[in-house]
Amino acid sequence: MPVYIYLVIFVIAVAYSFNPVSTVAVAASSITFGLPLAMAAMVGIMCERTGVVNIGIEGTLLTSSFFGFFVAALSQNLIWGLLAAIASGAVTGLLLALLTVSWKMDQIIAGTIVNILATGLTSFFYKQGYSLPAIFPRWSIPGLSEIPFLGRVFFQSGPITYFGLILIFVLYFAIYRTPWGLRTRAVGEYPSSAETSGISVLKLKYTNVIIAGAFGGLTGAYLTLELVGSFDRGFSAGKGFTALAIMIFGRWNPIGALLAAIFFGFAQALANQLMIDGLVNIPGPFINMLPYVLTIVVLAFSAGKVRGPAAAGQPYEREQA
Amino acid sequence: MATLLQVKNLTKSFGSVIANNDISFEVGAGEIVALLGENGAGKSTLVKSVFGLLRPDQGEIYIDGKQMAPGDTAGVIASGVGMVHQHFKLVPVMSVTENIILGDEPKNGIFINIKKAEQTVRALSEKFGLEVDPTAIIEDLPVGTQQRVEILKALSKDVRLLIFDEPTAVLTPQETDELILVIKNLASLGVGVIVITHKLREVMALADRVVVLREGKVVGTTTPKESNESGLAQMMVGRSVVLEVDKGVARPGKAVLSVKGLEVFDDRKLLAVKGVDLEVRSGEILGIAGVEGNGQRELVEAICGMRMREKGEVLVSGLPTKDMHPHAVHEAGVSHIPEDREKHGLVSSYSIADNLILNQFDQEPFARGWFRNMGATRENANLLVKKFDIRTTSAAALASSLSGGNKQKVVIARELSQDLQVLVAAQPTRGVDVGSIEFIHKQLIAARDKGAGVLLVSAELDEIISLSDRIAVMSGGKIVAIVDSKDADRNHIGRLMAGLKE
Amino acid sequence: MFIVKLVRAWITPLIALLIAFSIGAILMITQGADPMKAYQSLFTTAFTTQEGLAKTFGKATPLAISGLAVVIGLRAGLFNIGAQGQLISGALAAAWAGYAITGLPMIAHVPLCLLIGALFGSIVGYIAGALKAYRGIHEVITTIMLNSIVLQLAEYLSNGPLKEEGSIIARTPDILDSAKIGTVSGLPIGFLLSGLLALGVWWIFKKTTTGFRFETVGKNKNAAWYAGIAVKRNTVFAMVACGALAGFGGAVETLGVVGKFEPAFNQGLGFDGITIALLARANPLAVIPGAILFGGMRGAGPTMQFSAGVSPEIIDLILAIVLFFVTAPIISRVLKLKSDSNTQVTSGWGSN
Repeated sequence: MPVYIYLVIFVIAVAYSFNPVSTVAVAASSITFGLPLAMAAMVGIMCERTGVVNIGIEGTLLTSSFFGFFVAALSQNLIWGLLAAIASGAVTGLLLALLTVSWKMDQIIAGTIVNILATGLTSFFYKQGYSLPAIFPRWSIPGLSEIPFLGRVFFQSGPITYFGLILIFVLYFAIYRTPWGLRTRAVGEYPSSAETSGISVLKLKYTNVIIAGAFGGLTGAYLTLELVGSFDRGFSAGKGFTALAIMIFGRWNPIGALLAAIFFGFAQALANQLMIDGLVNIPGPFINMLPYVLTIVVLAFSAGKVRGPAAAGQPYEREQA
Repeated sequence: MATLLQVKNLTKSFGSVIANNDISFEVGAGEIVALLGENGAGKSTLVKSVFGLLRPDQGEIYIDGKQMAPGDTAGVIASGVGMVHQHFKLVPVMSVTENIILGDEPKNGIFINIKKAEQTVRALSEKFGLEVDPTAIIEDLPVGTQQRVEILKALSKDVRLLIFDEPTAVLTPQETDELILVIKNLASLGVGVIVITHKLREVMALADRVVVLREGKVVGTTTPKESNESGLAQMMVGRSVVLEVDKGVARPGKAVLSVKGLEVFDDRKLLAVKGVDLEVRSGEILGIAGVEGNGQRELVEAICGMRMREKGEVLVSGLPTKDMHPHAVHEAGVSHIPEDREKHGLVSSYSIADNLILNQFDQEPFARGWFRNMGATRENANLLVKKFDIRTTSAAALASSLSGGNKQKVVIARELSQDLQVLVAAQPTRGVDVGSIEFIHKQLIAARDKGAGVLLVSAELDEIISLSDRIAVMSGGKIVAIVDSKDADRNHIGRLMAGLKE
Repeated sequence: MFIVKLVRAWITPLIALLIAFSIGAILMITQGADPMKAYQSLFTTAFTTQEGLAKTFGKATPLAISGLAVVIGLRAGLFNIGAQGQLISGALAAAWAGYAITGLPMIAHVPLCLLIGALFGSIVGYIAGALKAYRGIHEVITTIMLNSIVLQLAEYLSNGPLKEEGSIIARTPDILDSAKIGTVSGLPIGFLLSGLLALGVWWIFKKTTTGFRFETVGKNKNAAWYAGIAVKRNTVFAMVACGALAGFGGAVETLGVVGKFEPAFNQGLGFDGITIALLARANPLAVIPGAILFGGMRGAGPTMQFSAGVSPEIIDLILAIVLFFVTAPIISRVLKLKSDSNTQVTSGWGSN
């Protein structure tokens, strides 16, 4: 592990000495592109750790960006938009929980339904001509933002970025060090063990999936209210699925997923930067393809050998305890 | 003696099946009560209701005189009831400590206090004399040790009533004796104990009282002093049971199955079969005795072409068979009754008719080239349903509608209706009602008498002893002895199963 | 007895449709539009006017074929969301073969183009199938990713190397006359072909050993292995079949309707195929009426704007609601119907 870290630092240092502006741009963009993927991956992690496969992250992102944007635009208040995004995300979580936990539907089909409903809803209710009052401002943390390179990359971001990053670390500690984390993992590996220990499996699954949905809502808010500042049909563009690849690549570990997401962000940022700097001339479609190709490549090399939570994908039948 | 548990008029149905029918019984402090009954009598259902894992339709449960709310596992646990399950409820990838504290974690602020947890586990381990390593990961531990963890988990909660569900299914005779001592020790400390079992021997050795269940009802209560094994068997089954199988004389011929130097890995890439040589002759039943988990499953799967053979070969009538090719092995004349019929033997959502030709679907007469012959499939099904007494409304019904015993009959019908030189039967009577067990035993002997060589693997030592002509004992991945069944000494075999030299 | 079975099979989708249309009507009312007018114009245009019917069948053909592609997958235990990408690759390949290969008579040119379309579709299907069989990656992710990749590639090609000389928009040159497929007594041949395909798929699953293999693998991989079925090979084969079918469908679309390839033409097809397949409960024969219904609604959608001021996107929503009620076991619970064997397509991320 440390070898990789040294390698990365070395490469960054060399690049910085050659072209500081571009290096900083790429690094900053890595975080900006990668963060929503990481946050979306958290949604997947929370759900799968509790034994629910969530293909519907895309639908959650779409719905929450939609509500975040329109509520903020209608009320001309970003905070209302943020709250609407989180709430609508939680509602998609509730829907998924209902379908998979209570009605015991096949989880992939359930997730697809969430996606299709989200697409249908947002497509129908979408109206042109709305705009936000602003996007979330960038807060420069005094002192820390002055550090060369690190300051620009990490400490001059919007509030959701900071909050999201903190939450990722919180989730990491929660999963591995708290009773909630232990119980969640038990439910995702072998729900019977939790049930016979007096834990309510149903309650835990519902809670986790809904909170995960809220997290997805926060991600949607980030995309429209902090990153892009607008919304249109098909806004989330596959990020929900890429998030799954990141979750697998990161071995269902929040920190691992964060690193994987930054890697994805880096790939995209690098490609963009090379175009901007005129170093390579790749046609637009190939740049657009990059995240999708990368997803497949990453999965091809990691999915086969990993083991996710053992009970993910299986509906929990209580009487079988 | 204080009454710890009182069950009154408990009734529980699953659809149209009445699993528990107006059951009442009591357990006192320091008392060991055996709940005896055959597979499907309702024992597990009963204790699951007591433990709150199931909600009874009617009836009351009192612990220490206090009525328990149905389905309240946490409340039952808090009242001092613990359960050691037949299929362990341990998370394989977590540690011993994590499993034991699950649901009742010692805290340090909002985090788990893992150091304190490990200390507690060590203390428990010492107090009850059940040795475990708190940091070990469950899936790396042998089955006997896993059971210790399961027991410790139950004991960790100040338990006053402990329920054991078929605890000796996975233990050697010696480990069983040890467990019996542990249980008696607990009783002497004032803990009430319920042991669910269908093993008459254990009941006689262990119980203060025996409650016999049959088809969901309590048919009698007795004590070991007032009864004996065949008396208990009669109560269990309702008629006099022939505990021995009448099998006639075997007429073995040439070797039809030869296994030479076989080495096989298990799912975790550890060597499970460590160099096995075997021979099964036509017209004989070779039974493999052994506690589960000593390589039998891997041996069977490798013989049938379902698991990779690292070294060695498998020959049918002198001709080598292909590795990792179940169909080729089948074509060579080996029929296989798989251990896990839901997993390998049947497709539940297919009709009985389709299941009956599952591994011959592309052969004459059931298919001609690319096209399936549905008429032949139907005819075959009707024939077999009659011949093997499969209880169903029609051969077109789905396999999922059948009972466990009838599902097994489908598998057996399919395998025995083909020309076979070798029959490999793995746990053929597991989860099957007594009536069907007798039928299946008769079929195995009939196959033998028709000239097949039968390789029988079973965890039930009594079944092996009564059916086999020769007995091979498997322990630690090796065949440690082969004896003629008429020379078989139960104790001797038990010691061999445990890995002792004799 | 047969009638009862038929009713049982159709009642859930019918009720789902009713509920969805009702909800659609409510939404229309809140927007100040008249739902009866909207629905009336929708259905009369789609199914009674000459032009409307042509459009209905024109749209129904690729829908039916992508629905069939999903059905094959479902029966084999695979969730093939990539019908759209597979279809587009077939459409583009056929468009290229349609103009680039000269000097062939129609009787050779048309089948050749169709074959090429199927070939390219099957390549896309193969990628997803191989990744699933040999690396254990769930086909949901790979097929969606492949969709996007194919879309981008198609845009690049039709706007670049394969672009029509002098055209402003991205498109390939018109196909030669020798490659065109026409109509037969009013029905586009393409649609007839899709009907034949549906029959073919149904028959394969019911009466052949190949179908038995696919279904067994789909229902119980372990039992399939035990029964001597090569699980990995059949998984790949099933995905290839899906891809070939979808690619064929795209080729039919190009040769019979569009006459060239334009990247814009097939947006939004993807999810409809899934909805149709699930609505049809993975029964190939039921895909056809479903496709006709969807084709009608999609084709005549814009008329709702003209006649009642309702935006056609409401169809997206209505169809999504239909899908919801068909798959979620609400209706069957309320009516106390026996729930039929649930389609199971979830499998682990690792190689199991």
